[in-house]
Amino acid sequence: MSRGETRTGWGLLAPTLTIVLVVVVAPILWTVLLAFQRVRVIDLRRKGLFGSFTTQNIERVFGSPGFWDTLWTTVAYTVFGVGLSIALGLAAALAVRRPFRGRTLVRASFLLPYIAPVVGATFVWQTMLNPEYGVLNAWGTKLLGWDRPVDFLNQVSGTFLGMHVPTALITVIVFEGWRYFPFAFLFLLARMQALPRDLEEAALVDGATLTQRFRHVVLPQLLPVIAVLTVLRFVLTFTKFDDVYLLTGGGSGTEVVSVRVYDFLTSRGDIGAASAEALVLAVALALFVGVYLRLVRPR
Amino acid sequence: MNRDRVENVTFGVLRWVTIVFLTVVSLFPFYYMVLLSFRLIQDVQLSPGSLAPGGFNLGAYREVLKSVDAGGQGFVRFIEISAAVSVATVVVTLAVSIPGAYAVTRLRFAGRRQVDALFLAIYLFPAIVLAIPLYVVLSRLGLRGSLVALVLVYVAQTVPVTLYMLRGYFDTIPVSLEEAAQLDGCGRLGVIWRVSLPLSRPALAATALYVFMIAWNEYLFALLFLVERQDRWTVSLGLSQLAGTIEIPTTVLMAGSVLLTAPIVALFFAGERLLVEGLTGGAEKG
Repeated sequence: MSRGETRTGWGLLAPTLTIVLVVVVAPILWTVLLAFQRVRVIDLRRKGLFGSFTTQNIERVFGSPGFWDTLWTTVAYTVFGVGLSIALGLAAALAVRRPFRGRTLVRASFLLPYIAPVVGATFVWQTMLNPEYGVLNAWGTKLLGWDRPVDFLNQVSGTFLGMHVPTALITVIVFEGWRYFPFAFLFLLARMQALPRDLEEAALVDGATLTQRFRHVVLPQLLPVIAVLTVLRFVLTFTKFDDVYLLTGGGSGTEVVSVRVYDFLTSRGDIGAASAEALVLAVALALFVGVYLRLVRPR
Repeated sequence: MNRDRVENVTFGVLRWVTIVFLTVVSLFPFYYMVLLSFRLIQDVQLSPGSLAPGGFNLGAYREVLKSVDAGGQGFVRFIEISAAVSVATVVVTLAVSIPGAYAVTRLRFAGRRQVDALFLAIYLFPAIVLAIPLYVVLSRLGLRGSLVALVLVYVAQTVPVTLYMLRGYFDTIPVSLEEAAQLDGCGRLGVIWRVSLPLSRPALAATALYVFMIAWNEYLFALLFLVERQDRWTVSLGLSQLAGTIEIPTTVLMAGSVLLTAPIVALFFAGERLLVEGLTGGAEKG
């Protein structure tokens, strides 16, 4: 019986597995091999799949001047972007937790940044932030008394309240927070709506105030979801390519690892170095995924 | 008592401030996109701060939709390609993941946990890392520019979430119904086709919608595979290339953005409830 089920099971999974193995797993394994070879795009037509192996790429990756900067930029982008998106998502979920007129519409609006195509979303941000005809600068200079327009996406640093701040990096982090807060919102709201009511009502009867109820009753029950969300968003943001690439092209102090990998691959045609960078990235990620798996399946 | 009242008032106000702020922040960019797409470029430059809807100029849309031969940007063609790629991705993804989801829901077989872990790993695996070998392999095989290859990549990327969504639904179908069908002489595939599928129509719709959105919105792989083949550009790629090459008025770019975004928003509003339930099904169990 169980033998039959095993055969049927694998039979039914076969089409899915075939595609996944051919399109995902085999290429990943090959990236590992590529990282240890000296391959350039020009060589592709002539060389076989397996050249002579070398650790040169890995050494070059760690030795190259831009690598550590890029890594720190990526870490800052990820930590603050994820933090912002989850904080906004939590605020949004708490705000619409109780029913009110028009809630369905408000909820749907909150999801727009997340479902909109990334090319459209980045374009409209670029336009809004444009120093010549963008609405933000028009309002900032007219109503908020800015001395001159701020080039949010192309300016490496600026001063804000007397402090030096990395302007473009902050802009892409804010974009990240805007675009992915709906993701956190969705999962937190779903969890909140499944919370048993009696605990909170008991706390209310005991005279606990709103913040006390949140801190001692609601938040502890949300923590598992918040933890999972944090790791999940961290993993997905750490290697995000299109948002930053489309907003700034990786310029003005916003070069994240994925954009650098893309540049190595296309502009420089250096496949070996790109693979080596990607490999470093994947190894770092594997650690996070390990943490995630432990959180999701404590069994 | 006093503190309770202060908090209730403060957070009662803060709640509405948050709702208004986040609604404006979520909607405004899209309002702005539509607004500029109908405006004349001169007006945008003269009064960049004006947000009132004024005029209904269709020039930008005409330019963006007109074929390249006629001096336009050829968006009709891009939309056709995007639609074809997305529909093909939906069909193939559903065709392969329905039997797979059924297997992981209903059958207790050796290796099931490993399959689960594999799909989670794929969901979390970075696209940019996958992009390198795919780029190399497809270049070598001369398949860069192939829409079939692009669809297969999209299928592989969407399968993990699709399996998860479908499984959540298949779980709710009573086993007894399927057993009854088996007693009536249905095979496994017959059971799936006659019992599981008709009962899970909402889940199928939600899954199809999700996959369509992913395929329509995708940018990185389209860029890597198709950039040299202008006749096969998707809307996302066409629009980003438009911005990169020559000086094109912002109003035209905004019209293109509206054409890229509007179908997704319309689809989303049509199936919002289904989609949200399908995606967050697991969150409630915490």
